[in-house]
Amino acid sequence: MKKNINKLMAAILVFAVMTAVLPGCKSTPKDADLKAAIETLLQTKPVASGTTVSVDKGVATLSGQVTDETSKEELGKAAAGVVGVKSVVNNLSVAAPVSAPVTIAMDDPLTAAVKDATKDFPTVSASVSEGVITLKGEIQKANLQKLMMVLQALKPKKVDNTQLVIK
Amino acid sequence: MALQDKYKELIDAASAAGVNDLNVREQDGVLYIDGATNGTIKQQLWDTYERLDPNYASGDLVMNINSVAGISEGAKLKVTTNSSNLNIRKGPSTSDDIVGKAARNEVVTLVSKANDQWWLIKTDQGEEGYSFTQYLTPLS
Repeated sequence: MKKNINKLMAAILVFAVMTAVLPGCKSTPKDADLKAAIETLLQTKPVASGTTVSVDKGVATLSGQVTDETSKEELGKAAAGVVGVKSVVNNLSVAAPVSAPVTIAMDDPLTAAVKDATKDFPTVSASVSEGVITLKGEIQKANLQKLMMVLQALKPKKVDNTQLVIK
Repeated sequence: MALQDKYKELIDAASAAGVNDLNVREQDGVLYIDGATNGTIKQQLWDTYERLDPNYASGDLVMNINSVAGISEGAKLKVTTNSSNLNIRKGPSTSDDIVGKAARNEVVTLVSKANDQWWLIKTDQGEEGYSFTQYLTPLS
């Protein structure tokens, strides 16, 4: 019984020594080296600011945020191209585009423009308040699209035609 | 984002058609779609808009697709009023005096653009002044 335990201990010891030594024997780059290599590569790419890299057993994981899908793919490919990287988990997220706030026309020029735009539709009356164009009266259905096209091009906040009778 | 879902087909169509400077934003319950393209694509997008929101009754979308951005000076424009003649005015507003008229379907020449609503035009008779772009359709 004691002999068996000794054998088992010996086996465990051998196993432990091999696991400790084997990675050192292989030519596979260490995770830390891969991480450093990928980071150096990404530093050359401006789109990579705001991203981080981690490497586990040769699998590189990219996290953080980029501005568009193209950058995400580009960085994923770049990381995959580093020698020793087995695969890439691309966890980069694409940020929603930051756009300028909507420009709404001021009421005075908008009122003047609406007056011009509705001139050809004498059965329609329009008023403007805080950027909202409110339409009343009636219009032929065939003309509605033309009127809406013109009014929505004037940079209103919205066009309310719920009180307009469409015939 | 609910409005972007409601008008997803429209937004997708605009992207697929290669609308320039396409900008889609939602603010205070209204979706704003801006961009520039040609008249044919603009018409298709508006037809899609009308199908998704019959009679444009919801008031939750402001679509400003400019189909005249690419029109340059010297271009020929057809007068497309509903029935009446087109007024040609001294300045770019309806409060400016009328200096001439162009008949419906008459072809005039673009001299310069004061803004998106008013263009300086010239008739074949040599009358020159500002007209509302709503009634001018570029000949292509």
